[in-house]
Amino acid sequence: MMPLLTTKGLSRNFGGLRAVDGVDFALMPGEIRAVIGPNGAGKTTFVSLVSGRIQPSSGMIVFDGADITGLPAYIRVRQGIAYTFQITSVFANLSAYDNVALPVQRTLSDGRSKGAVRTGVMAALERTGLADRAHMPAGQLSYGHQRLLEVAMGLALKPRLLILDEPTQGLADSEIDNFITLVREIAKNATVLLIEHNMPVVMQLADRITVFNAGKILAEDTPEAIRENAAVQEAYLGTAP
Amino acid sequence: MSEASPAKAYTLHLGVIALLFVLSFLLPEYYHGLLARIMVLAVFAMGYNMLFGYVGLLSLGHAMFFAAGLYGAGLAVIQLGWSVPLAFLGGVACGAVLALVIGLLALRTTGVAFMIVTMMFAQVFYLLILYFATWTGGDQGMVVPQPARVLSLGATSLELTNPTVRYMTALGLFSIVLLITSAIVRSRYGRVLVAIRENEERTKMLGYDTFSNKLAAVVVSGTICAASGAAYALLFGYVGSSFASVQYSILPLLWVLLGGAATTLGPLIGTLFMYYVIDITSGYTSAYLLIVGIALILLVLFFPKGILGSIRQRWLGWLP
Repeated sequence: MMPLLTTKGLSRNFGGLRAVDGVDFALMPGEIRAVIGPNGAGKTTFVSLVSGRIQPSSGMIVFDGADITGLPAYIRVRQGIAYTFQITSVFANLSAYDNVALPVQRTLSDGRSKGAVRTGVMAALERTGLADRAHMPAGQLSYGHQRLLEVAMGLALKPRLLILDEPTQGLADSEIDNFITLVREIAKNATVLLIEHNMPVVMQLADRITVFNAGKILAEDTPEAIRENAAVQEAYLGTAP
Repeated sequence: MSEASPAKAYTLHLGVIALLFVLSFLLPEYYHGLLARIMVLAVFAMGYNMLFGYVGLLSLGHAMFFAAGLYGAGLAVIQLGWSVPLAFLGGVACGAVLALVIGLLALRTTGVAFMIVTMMFAQVFYLLILYFATWTGGDQGMVVPQPARVLSLGATSLELTNPTVRYMTALGLFSIVLLITSAIVRSRYGRVLVAIRENEERTKMLGYDTFSNKLAAVVVSGTICAASGAAYALLFGYVGSSFASVQYSILPLLWVLLGGAATTLGPLIGTLFMYYVIDITSGYTSAYLLIVGIALILLVLFFPKGILGSIRQRWLGWLP
């Protein structure tokens, strides 16, 4: 099977710092892949390169067999790469409905009918459990609900690759359980790339785990193997157990 | 913007149009003429509001779009002998083309740089008008001759110098632009414009080409402002370079801020308010600009969202 996403020698420098350093990465369709690593390991920079928010210093990104390295972010989104932000950036002054309507109205193939937008928006809001808050301004939602709204916006883009950047940060335990169910459901139709610090979430969700350290891939394996990997433990915990 | 209460908004807009229609028969002559002028200038403010209120792009060069319409229509009548409707369309087309070119160049910048670039382009436009004085009349301007300001509709001909015809034409233009802008801001495109204003980076990450959307907004805004300028030339018969000066770039900003940015009727309220404050205070003192200035400062301090913006925030959430 051909990978959905491949990067070859992908690098990005910020001044003298090599935030991402020659990363070769491949992601198979249908996979849930977790990316973990200590703070400053280059995880967010890596997914920002994939989504096109920042340009690489060198290297190549291939999505679904085509080189997308030079494409602007909005075209990558149209090709099916959706990115949900680490720092919640929903449109605070717009209603939850309007927040989701923005991605829905763009992805509609028949761009005319008003009913289609409403149906699409309410479907995305219902999947994330926000339907009864559709007309609240997004800025007045609780933090957990804003994170879910962020996911609903990503879902509404009908992505083939959904990149979730620390989606459970700041969520309560009960909300995290719902979130895990939601991601499993999303993964039925999409490939998921998940940056996550919460190890129980990672262990439950991921098919495979990629560990970043100092801009490079340190290890890549199944959750069980990563758990036993001494190098990972050293990088992550600072000491060998 | 939201799905809520479109019916209320349409009723309000139609009510305002009906009120302005009735006022035509009630107002004394002086105020009748003043209101006609205010309606034309409110169109200018509505065009400005399209870009400033909804997309959040602060231009300090919109006088050039107004003047493009003004000179486009005026020169077409005076130098080329075009009929009134053709000259109007010519003026509007000048504004649309100018807005497209300026948009392509100025939108490469954002924020303060965008303000400065638009202001510089407007200054270039102003100086070009003075430079080509042979055709434009330089700082003297030009008078559109009365015989040319006739609108021929088949057998009947309407003289635009007639106060009632002038008022009704101004009201017609105002109504069309009001209904068009309120339809735009309620549309999906309007939703994207507001999203760009709120967070452009995020809008890109939802797959929108924000540059093209902003460019379209500049063209719509410039075209509306040019329509106002073209109507001004044909209705009031004067085409002058002062309309291209920086003062006329700042005035629409003030009108919109006063009335309420990103409200459909704010531009009218702001223009009306400013004109009447000037009108009333200048009757009492020669230092009327001082009073206008104080009124503006008080408004910005206590009602930063403008008149309608504050009303919407405090009492009427559905206000369009």
